Amino acid sequence: MRLKRLILASSATFIAMSSTAFAAKPTEGGYWLQEAATPVMEDLHWLHNFVFIIIVAITLFVMVLMGYIMFRFSAKRNPVPSKTTHHVGLEVAWTIVPVIILLVMVVPSMRLLYFQDALPETEMTIKATGNTWNWEYSYPDNEDIEAFISNPLEKDEAKFIETYLKDNNVAEASEFGEPYLLATDAPLVVPVDTKIKVLITSSNNLHSFSMPAFGIKMDAVPGRINETWFQVLPGKEGTYYGQCSEICGVKHYKMPIEIRVVSKAEFAEWVANGAASHKDEAVQAFNDKNKTAKLGGGVTAAQK
Amino acid sequence: MVAIPHGDDHGGAYGDDKPGFFARWFYSTNHKDIGTLYLIFGIISGLIGGYLSFMMRMELAAPGISVFNSEHEYLVFASMHGLIMIFFMVMPALIGGFGNWFVPIMIGAPDMAFPRMNNLSFWLLPTALICLLISFFVPGDASGNGFGGGWVMYPPLSTSGSPGPAFDFIIIGLLAAGFSSIFGAINFITTILNMRAPGMTMHKMPLFAWAVLVTAFLLLLALPVLAASLFMLFTDRIDGGTGFFDPAMGGDPEMFQHLFWFFGHPEVYIMILPAFGIVSHVVSTFSKKPVFGYLGMAYAMVAIGVVGFVVWAHHMYTVGMDVDLKAYFLAATLVIAVPTGVKIFSWLATMWGGSITFSIPMQWALAFIFLFVIGGVTGVMLANAGVDVALHDTYYVVAHFHYVLSMGAVFGIFCGFYYWFGKMSGYLYNKWLAGAHFWLFFIGVNVIFFPQHFLGLNGMPRRYIDYPEEFALWNHVSSAGALITLAGVFFFFVMLIEAFVRRRPAGDNYWGEGATTLEWTLPSPPPFHIFNTLPRIEESDEH
Ligand SMILES: [Cu+2]
Repeated sequence: MRLKRLILASSATFIAMSSTAFAAKPTEGGYWLQEAATPVMEDLHWLHNFVFIIIVAITLFVMVLMGYIMFRFSAKRNPVPSKTTHHVGLEVAWTIVPVIILLVMVVPSMRLLYFQDALPETEMTIKATGNTWNWEYSYPDNEDIEAFISNPLEKDEAKFIETYLKDNNVAEASEFGEPYLLATDAPLVVPVDTKIKVLITSSNNLHSFSMPAFGIKMDAVPGRINETWFQVLPGKEGTYYGQCSEICGVKHYKMPIEIRVVSKAEFAEWVANGAASHKDEAVQAFNDKNKTAKLGGGVTAAQK
Repeated sequence: MVAIPHGDDHGGAYGDDKPGFFARWFYSTNHKDIGTLYLIFGIISGLIGGYLSFMMRMELAAPGISVFNSEHEYLVFASMHGLIMIFFMVMPALIGGFGNWFVPIMIGAPDMAFPRMNNLSFWLLPTALICLLISFFVPGDASGNGFGGGWVMYPPLSTSGSPGPAFDFIIIGLLAAGFSSIFGAINFITTILNMRAPGMTMHKMPLFAWAVLVTAFLLLLALPVLAASLFMLFTDRIDGGTGFFDPAMGGDPEMFQHLFWFFGHPEVYIMILPAFGIVSHVVSTFSKKPVFGYLGMAYAMVAIGVVGFVVWAHHMYTVGMDVDLKAYFLAATLVIAVPTGVKIFSWLATMWGGSITFSIPMQWALAFIFLFVIGGVTGVMLANAGVDVALHDTYYVVAHFHYVLSMGAVFGIFCGFYYWFGKMSGYLYNKWLAGAHFWLFFIGVNVIFFPQHFLGLNGMPRRYIDYPEEFALWNHVSSAGALITLAGVFFFFVMLIEAFVRRRPAGDNYWGEGATTLEWTLPSPPPFHIFNTLPRIEESDEH
């Protein structure tokens, strides 16, 4: 199936694609959640920050209280200890107050959980199958798109493709280039502002399909099809990166998920073009150059 | 309840007539000697587990693969680090070590109820550890020796994914360790329920004994489930065997996860409750005040133990569970924050109005309380299933459980170790060396684990030998913390050696008026046989 895509890729005239408006990968030295690209992730951000404020307040309260006690009741300042061991009011208070805080927390928490989990009326479906060690993507409700394998790029391959796309001035190139351990040879392509159902399963070991900027993470389990959904917000077209998030064997660290979000028009054109992209061309060029033995669904020659 | 007078079945008179070396340490039926064996065993396992984690931190110090020979080897180290630290370091030290040493003394019993079973409990453990160590050197899967499927041992990675004998050795080892714990639990429950000294009612029992009692019940109820699931893995692995977890045979890999976490979540409390008990005694001793809200403290542990059994699937928010189930587990998990809060505030209230001295055990206890709060509140964050979707299987989780274990349970162990070191060995430690150990360890583990929250929020998954450059900064910092921690561990051993070389004798009660439990009425170290005449707990003794 790769082969067919490549033939299409090299024969088709490419439609100029609008430049990447947005993208997300881990932030250099980052210390916070990745920027949200979906309504679910926006809500997740909100809930995280809400809970964060509460837990920081609790931690600071305990820290200050402890600091005060250590200062005020040190043996030097308070040589004679009291013998108080009970205070009903206090004991009731530190049971009730946490309950109230938790009740305040549980309401938005449940709201997010159900928003995230309850599938809305979706407009299209994609299917991700975890293999050892790559992802296979298919579009079950679109027969024009053949299933394809998305392999991780090795270091030299990533460099080559990055340069190739830049040299050929291809607008679809991710603004990040082709980051090692994040970029693949064939991203999953989806339209923006569309409610998309994701079916997730595995062909052997457990894996987990995760896209931090979308607020989704769902295990790929053999013999079972899990589902989740996302809808990328308008204006957030671009390339997104995620990584396999359930231990699946030696290449667990090297089965990234790359999703390219394009406008609806571009998506239609991509489909019309037989799901081909410039990247296929770049990959083909790299393979021609290196004659690297690379099988359709197989594993790339071990690097190192 | 009336304590049963316990005949001296060792044949010796009251006193210090110890058997010869081999008989004393290998056939040992004496709770104190067995406790010592457990502690030594815990230290050895801690060194092995610590070595594994240190190598991982060195590998992760910078992007690329430089320390390990293969990706498989890294996963083997990661998996074994978890198993060894949990089953062979924390549990033996807290339950087998301090539990054996001090539960009988604290309740005024001459020994454990079943001394020979106690011996069996201990000796199953080195056997188990040897099995685990053998697994490093026998084939795991096509990629090399050892089992690299994670300490959680999820199938299919632990069945069809690891066909070699490495994982069979782990199953056998963990079954042995599990039976060791079950025997230990039966022993503790029987001892605590039946052998308390006259007047030592349940509601007068020291909190450490309460903690071990609750822990023992958790062990008794949780470990058989682990044993069963390990056995199911074992038969699933046999060619033409069962297919409990194999979808091709009508099984379901997720069933294993439910079984595993039904054991695994109580296991978390198994590791932390004894530390709660120790910290209560230390806080009370060095504040020179009885524990505040004794009954609340005891029943908070009971509550944590009970609720701990019905929250397991919060480890599984991303497996594709029904949303209503997730909602239940979310709510139930948050409930645990309440009894935990009772513990934290009761410790603070114990200190309030006290006359606090900041001796080494107290420093560990204070650090424990503070760091456990940090680990606890990130647990509250993770309990929210919606947010957990972003954080599950990332370094945020790694940071969270190391704050409650590497800083919680381990700080609890060191807290108890320094508190009772003089009582157990008869010698006093050097305060300067102990202080260096504390501060280096305290700073080190925080430098290791605090930045891992950042990595997790930014999306770095667990169990990765290599990572995108964006994660380099905080990994680098984290690895630097490992070096500081290593220096701390070095001072721990220097402290130990120094104390045994110098032999400064410790008095009966070297902590003074704040230390009120029964072990402080005995010499340091206590005689080989204790309480030939059972102590009587006065009616007026109050907590
Ligand atoms: Cu995977």
